[in-house]
Amino acid sequence: MVKADVSQVSLPDLAGIVDANRRTDLVMAGIGISVLLIAMSLLAAVVIDLIVGGWPRLINPDFYLNFPSRHPLQAGIVSAWVGTILVMLVTAGIAIPLGVGAGVYLEEYAARNWITDFIEINVSNLAGVPSIIYGLLALGLFIHGFGLGETILTAGLVLALLILPVIIVSTREAIRGIPLDLREAAYGLGADKWQTVRLYVLPAARSGILTGTIVGLARAIGEAAPVITIGALTFIAFLPPSPLQASPPFINFEWLESPFTIMPIQMFNWVSRPQAEFHINAAAAGVILMVMTLAMNGVAIWLRYHLRRQVR
Amino acid sequence: MKIPIHVVMTAIALSMTASVSTVSARDLIKIDGSSTVFPITEAMAEEFQKAERGKTMVTVGISGTGGGFKKFCRGETDIADASRPIKESEITLCQENKVEYIELPIALDALTVVVNPKNDWANHLTVEELKTAWEPEAQGKVTNWNQIRSGFPDRPLKLFGAGTDSGTYDYFVEAIVEGKSSRGDFTASEDDNVLVQGVTNDINAMGFFGLAYYEENQGKLKAVPISWKGGKPVGPSVDNAKNATYQPLSRPIFVYVNKDAVDKKPHVKRFIEFYLNNDHAQTLVREVGYVPLPSKAYTMALNKFTKRLTGTVFHGTEVGVGIEELLARAPQ
Repeated sequence: MVKADVSQVSLPDLAGIVDANRRTDLVMAGIGISVLLIAMSLLAAVVIDLIVGGWPRLINPDFYLNFPSRHPLQAGIVSAWVGTILVMLVTAGIAIPLGVGAGVYLEEYAARNWITDFIEINVSNLAGVPSIIYGLLALGLFIHGFGLGETILTAGLVLALLILPVIIVSTREAIRGIPLDLREAAYGLGADKWQTVRLYVLPAARSGILTGTIVGLARAIGEAAPVITIGALTFIAFLPPSPLQASPPFINFEWLESPFTIMPIQMFNWVSRPQAEFHINAAAAGVILMVMTLAMNGVAIWLRYHLRRQVR
Repeated sequence: MKIPIHVVMTAIALSMTASVSTVSARDLIKIDGSSTVFPITEAMAEEFQKAERGKTMVTVGISGTGGGFKKFCRGETDIADASRPIKESEITLCQENKVEYIELPIALDALTVVVNPKNDWANHLTVEELKTAWEPEAQGKVTNWNQIRSGFPDRPLKLFGAGTDSGTYDYFVEAIVEGKSSRGDFTASEDDNVLVQGVTNDINAMGFFGLAYYEENQGKLKAVPISWKGGKPVGPSVDNAKNATYQPLSRPIFVYVNKDAVDKKPHVKRFIEFYLNNDHAQTLVREVGYVPLPSKAYTMALNKFTKRLTGTVFHGTEVGVGIEELLARAPQ
């Protein structure tokens, strides 16, 4: 059939089809570019608006070193950015090993039965649960159940739970994308399952896993709702104890139990104040939050690049 | 990647076994509650920490009045910020956990009814007219300004108000509609700046929020004087709220203090004495946009605190009660 069709098409018609396809390509490319332009210009508008709005505070070093205050011009974000960094450390430290572990288990070890299917569906659904629900869960479980208090550790745990589904799903995708040949070669050399996973599969999947981690952490850093629910503060004029100390054992974990605030909460509070000067602070805090997100993602992208080269 | 994982696992293990009470050697005062009261408590906390020269640390959260009471009544915080009196269910929770509290009014908020500055017809409104516009029966029916008063022009009515979870909404509804809820078809927002925007951009709008938001946007909004029980219309202002002529929309806002904490922690006692000091209150409360109580009321409140009179003087939300009368009541 097909052969007969082709032989019946005359040459000028073929050229016409090719032209038509080229036109379609151009139109599609045009649509794609305009969608991208719209998205980029919206993003640029937001960023520029924030930078212009917050400029007077952004160029003031006091803004980065002062505690919150009722005077908009003296108010700063030091407790907020320190809190955000510490909470993200805990979140990454918990979510990455747990998420990758769960992903590896589901993809490599779990038996294909209805329990696994059930878990899979739930993990996917969890990614769509509103973040405030995680806050309520944490309030009931970590604070009232385990008595962990309204601490950096609790906030880190909540945000870790929040981004676990993202990391699990992306880990599984990354592992699934690895060619079977690699595994078979490893088995052929006498490696057992764990050796194969640890030495071949995971290193090859690292860049995909890191991408998922970036997406997850970028979501966590901007979350306010669940952290307000568990009792993050808005006014706090002192910093958590330093993780490093001069005397042995040089590191301590007291900071995990400290009260704290984070950037999105500080912003939220400033935006809702009646005085317009506070709105300038909120815009400036928004810019810094974006810079922090970018820096965090920058580290992850650098790491991904580095690891990719290692794999080769 | 291996080292951080190892460190964090150790961290988790350690913190699970370590007791949670080792936060700091310094004195800590924990406050949580209403975001309406927050600016005042923040100002007090800021000045108090300066006065104590870093010896005492104060933390203030914004879980909302309800959230604040939940923590307060479990004994997790020393002080609760509240934009309304404590509710029956919260009193029960406090009793279950044996938390005794001292109720202290600390400032007034004058709820302000605003319209667009181009609105030249609504120069004053009576409480009855506001009720016509806001009561639940008005839903879908009262949609034109001329239904509020026959002399008003034929213009659609657009309503803006505080979110139904807020103490501001509770009080407004109690004062105007004399019930628990208003009509549902109005633009509600927890962020008062959104309401300011809404009324600024719509000539047919009417809205309400705290006095501070009106004062910061005076050029963009017009405040409507309110007439109550056939009296003269009175405009919202610091003086009118303070001398109790702006009624029924002046409401007291509170802090609740855990009696046990006051007795056991001298720094909590010092903080409340600082808070109720008339000089501090008159300047700081005004500075953040709220109405200070009359000087005499702070003396009465301090007196109540010194005597450790526990319990509430309220039985549900009450409107139009003078602050000195409230303080003179015996709490139960």
